[in-house]
Amino acid sequence: MEIFFLFEQVVNGLVLAGYYLLIALGLSLIFSVGGIVNLAHGGFYALGAYLAVTLSPHLGFLPAVIASPILVALLGILFERFILRRFYREDPILSLLVTFGLAMVAEQAIRMIWGAAPLSQTMPSDLRGGVVLGPLLFSKYRLIMLGVVLALLTLIWLLLNRSSFGRVVRAGIQNPDMVAALGIRLQPYMTAVVMIGVGLAAVGGALFAPITTVHPAMGAEILTIAFIVVTIGGLGSFWGVVLAAILVGVVRSVTVQYLPAASEASMYILMFVVLLTRPRGLLGERMAKFEG
Amino acid sequence: MSDCGKNLSTRRDILRAGAGVGTAMLGTVALPSLLRAQEAPIVIGHLVPLTGFLGTLGQYAINGFKLGVDQINASGGINGRQITVIAEDSINPETAATKAQRMIERDKVDVLVGEISSASALAISEVAARNKKLFIATGPRSDVLRADRCSRYMFCTDIPNAVMVNAVGTALKQDGMVEGKKFFTITSDYVFGHDLLKAAKAFFADNKADLVGEELVPTDATDFSANILKIRQANPDIVCLNLGGNQVTNFLKQYAEFGLAYPTVGFNLNTADAWAAGMGSFGGVWPTVWFDTIDTEGTKKFVADYKAAFNDQIPENHAWIEYITAKILEQSIKEVGGTDNEKLIDYLESEAKFDILKHRPAYFRKFDHQLVQEAYSFSVKDEGSYNSVYDMLQLGAAVPPDGEDLTTIYPADSGACKL
Repeated sequence: MEIFFLFEQVVNGLVLAGYYLLIALGLSLIFSVGGIVNLAHGGFYALGAYLAVTLSPHLGFLPAVIASPILVALLGILFERFILRRFYREDPILSLLVTFGLAMVAEQAIRMIWGAAPLSQTMPSDLRGGVVLGPLLFSKYRLIMLGVVLALLTLIWLLLNRSSFGRVVRAGIQNPDMVAALGIRLQPYMTAVVMIGVGLAAVGGALFAPITTVHPAMGAEILTIAFIVVTIGGLGSFWGVVLAAILVGVVRSVTVQYLPAASEASMYILMFVVLLTRPRGLLGERMAKFEG
Repeated sequence: MSDCGKNLSTRRDILRAGAGVGTAMLGTVALPSLLRAQEAPIVIGHLVPLTGFLGTLGQYAINGFKLGVDQINASGGINGRQITVIAEDSINPETAATKAQRMIERDKVDVLVGEISSASALAISEVAARNKKLFIATGPRSDVLRADRCSRYMFCTDIPNAVMVNAVGTALKQDGMVEGKKFFTITSDYVFGHDLLKAAKAFFADNKADLVGEELVPTDATDFSANILKIRQANPDIVCLNLGGNQVTNFLKQYAEFGLAYPTVGFNLNTADAWAAGMGSFGGVWPTVWFDTIDTEGTKKFVADYKAAFNDQIPENHAWIEYITAKILEQSIKEVGGTDNEKLIDYLESEAKFDILKHRPAYFRKFDHQLVQEAYSFSVKDEGSYNSVYDMLQLGAAVPPDGEDLTTIYPADSGACKL
């Protein structure tokens, strides 16, 4: 029986990984293209949740979950155009400060618009409930969510590795000056990447609204975990983030099974061990900008 | 330059004086009271968590206290003195203690009020005792604050964990849901949760219930899927929640998501966390210290005033407790004729009666400084029988029932609290 329980937790950890991945992947994308550690990323996650909650009484649950990330992605255009763009070639400390400030502005703005009290979002009753497979129990909603994450992950991988868009973005990551010399303007590509990044965070917020507390500080709450995932995986690495999300999810689930009180600490310990042995993260590459 | 600095020592002093005079002029017309209002204002230091897992409750607390103080100031203050509140986010026990010390030293507060976290309240209580400053703890529920960690300078207005357990336990026993049943507990891993678990275990032992699993969860945990799987493995009759703040909301939403059939009961709940869980997410029996449908004139007026002041929002129990704490202070300072802390403590210890908007008046017990008052249980209405979350909860009868002494639901004097 014990082995079943362990297996069940491992699978649950994989589902959890999908959730971490939505937030961490956008963070990592924006970093690899612009060299900016976006501390305001949690704000877009929170905004995604709030918009989904606000829109669902008018549009219905599913349309709201789709519309909210699109709106946030549009906001991402402004974010890139008026804020991020000024910092691509500056000292990283400046973009850290400005996005940190923006995270606080976002949280307070949510407080002003929606109030400090948590909002309630209920999922449609046909999505609720468990799926029992032999001795295993899964949440129907999380399985659907995992499907959405896998689909998005595939799309983004195809976009980056199998399209002309992706070729320019990858070239821009490696050598922006050479791309410019070839007569390609990188700016529109940067805007698109930021849109995708913050849009992914908003998908996370919209999908998680029915199973977590929707409150102004939810962005700050998730950002820590997202950073741990990105750090373990290695900043800027696509597969590193995927691997790290899986590791963090599984380690957390298994710790709950055997040592529940240490469940939150487990991911910090994991990060500690990884950084001791691989200071750039599991699949991280040397980052000239940060290592001088 | 330095002279200027001495006369107007801090920016805060200028603001405080300005605010005091300003509100006095707005609020009063009669000349004598206007003259008296020139006296130094009464300064109250207010600390509640506005961030973290208790942050959403903190906002209700700030609003409730503000409403109480605004009403007092509008009616001419206390003995002609206006009240100035210095409110800050207490964040965590370390910061709470530092801020309390700073409020006493720099802002010269007359009284400290607030807190929801039991851990932070303990930290503030130590600072208050060292400085011989009165601290009215409004939200913490740990029994230790009323037992071995009690203090001459701390008074507690919220009901303690033991009473929460008694309120729910009484309702559960009536439904035959205790004796011989298997319980699984999920507990918040800090002083409040440990304390609540202890009270719950005592209740299970007294009533021949089995504890088949107990789980401690860190306060920053937001995902309970792995814990929910463990509950299923243990196959209990009832799942019992000893969680605090938005942990309750997160757990209930995810429990509904997995669709487990074991009924839940909770030994702690603040109504804001229940509202946030949304419709159809939970059932069961829960305790509460106050609810907006309590049928008294006082509660009706408070709810109406609060809605008028805060955008038609319905107040929850932390707004109420801060409001009545402001009124308790008003009555005490009036009776004593000032803010001398030792005299105030003597007055509060005299078991003076306070109107707290419930059916029966409340008073502080001399031996543990606990505000003795009625408690309630409530249950969740059947799905489909209500249209909004504010309409979702059904208030049960007051415990103890009418005619029975209020102290019957409170722990007896065990001698642990030495004042």
